Amino acid sequence: MLPARFEYHRPGSLDEATALLDRFGDEGKVLAGGMSFIPLMKLRFAAPGHLVDINRISDLSGIEESEGWLRVKSVTRHNEIAGSDLVKSRYPAMATAAPLIADPIVRNMGTIGGSLAHADPAGDWGSVMLALGGEVVAHSSSGDRVILVDDLFDSTFTTTLRANEIISEVRVPVPPARSGGTYLKLERKVGDFATVGVAVQLALDDGHIGSAGIGLTAVGSRNIKAADAEASLRGAEPSDEAFAEAARLAGRAAEPTSDLRGSAEYKRNVVEVFVRRGLSRALEIARAS
Amino acid sequence: MQITVTINGVERAADVEPRLLLVHLIREAFGLTGTHIGCDSTNCGACTVLLDGVPVKSCTMFGVQADGRAVTTVEGLMQNGQLHPIQAAFKEEHGLQCGFCTPGMMLTGAALLEHNESPSDDEVRWAISGNICRCTGYMNIVKAVQTAARAMASEKTPAAAPAAS
Repeated sequence: MLPARFEYHRPGSLDEATALLDRFGDEGKVLAGGMSFIPLMKLRFAAPGHLVDINRISDLSGIEESEGWLRVKSVTRHNEIAGSDLVKSRYPAMATAAPLIADPIVRNMGTIGGSLAHADPAGDWGSVMLALGGEVVAHSSSGDRVILVDDLFDSTFTTTLRANEIISEVRVPVPPARSGGTYLKLERKVGDFATVGVAVQLALDDGHIGSAGIGLTAVGSRNIKAADAEASLRGAEPSDEAFAEAARLAGRAAEPTSDLRGSAEYKRNVVEVFVRRGLSRALEIARAS
Repeated sequence: MQITVTINGVERAADVEPRLLLVHLIREAFGLTGTHIGCDSTNCGACTVLLDGVPVKSCTMFGVQADGRAVTTVEGLMQNGQLHPIQAAFKEEHGLQCGFCTPGMMLTGAALLEHNESPSDDEVRWAISGNICRCTGYMNIVKAVQTAARAMASEKTPAAAPAAS
C-alpha cells in the first residue's frame, strides 16, 4: 500500500522544522517514529501534502532530570525509555509501560512525543502521563507553550496542538521520596492495542496517601483521568477499602464500548480490578522506597 | 528525490518518490527480494531489516528515511561465502518451515545476539515477539537463536585468548 503523494522535508534543527510548519499550515504534518502515522497514510486516512521528518534532530532525543522534572525529549524511542536506568530507578509507571507498548521492533522506532501527539485513546503513554501529572512542551516559531497532558487530549486522534507546533519535550514532576506506580495492560496478544490499560501513581505522606494519579487506556474517546478516584484517595489511609472505593469511582469514570476485544461491562470490570491491583503494587513500591 | 543508502555494506544511489516504502526500495530499486512483504500493516515482522544495526519494519518507513544510513537485509548476513551463525543454526535446528518469516526472524535474532550473548528462552521469545511465524510454533526458532549464540560464543573464545594474555 502506498500513501498519497507528498513532499518530504528533513530539517536539521527544531527551528528549521517549525519554520517549515509555518510555511505549510494545515498541509504540513510532523513525522516522528511513524509507527501509527505511516499506517494511517498507507490507508489514506491521512494525506498530508508536506511531511516534516524530525527524526534526525539530535536535540529531540534524550532523557534527563533537571529542575524538578524528568525531561524526555519528544523523539526518544519507547525502547530507550524502557532501557533507561533513570526511568527504572524512579518512574516505575513509565518503566512498566514502555516495554508493553506494541512490539520490540515497533518500540525501536516509536516515540513518546509522537505517541502523545497521535492521541489514540488506546495509547499507553497518555494514561501514564495523566497518572504522573505530565506535561508537554509545544514548540513553535512564537516560542514554547507548556500543556498539561490532560489538556492536550481533545478527542480521538485530536489534540489541542496548533498546526505549527511540535512537541519538543515530555516531562513529569520528580516524584516525592515515598512514591510508587505501575501500569497494567490487558492485551489479547503481544503487539495488540490494550483491551484495557490502567496507570497508577501514588505518593505517601506520613503514612497517609499524599497524592494519587490514575489514567485509563482504551475505555473512552481519549485517555481518561479518573479524577474522582484520585480525589477519594488524597489524605486517606492506604487500605483495601480505600482502594476498592477508588476502583469503583475509576470504573464509573470509564466510558468503554463493546467491541471485538470485549464487552463494555467486562472492560469496566477490568478497570476496577486493575485500579485495585495497581494501587496495591504502587503502595508496595512506595513503602519500599 | 535522490538518496544514497549503504545496503549490506555497498553504497547504492536511487532516485525515489518520497512515498516509496523502504521495503519497496529494497525489493524493487535494489532487487533484493529476501525482505518479504507480509501483512503490510506493521504487525508481522516479515519485512524486518536492520537500520544502523537496529531492527525496524521496512513496510512502515519511507525509503527516503534511510538516506545516508546503513541497511542490512538477509542477503547481508552471509560473509565471505560463510553463512552467518544464525543462518547455520536455523538450518541445523529446523527453525523454519515455509520460510516466509525467516529473513525477519534471523535479522531480529542476529540483532538480539549483538547485545545478549546467551539469551534465555524468555529473552528470545520477548525479542521475536514482533515477528510472527505461522508454521513452526516457535520452538525451533528459539532453539536456533540459542544455538547461534553458542556458536558465536565458541568462535569468540579462541580469538579472545591472545588479547587477554
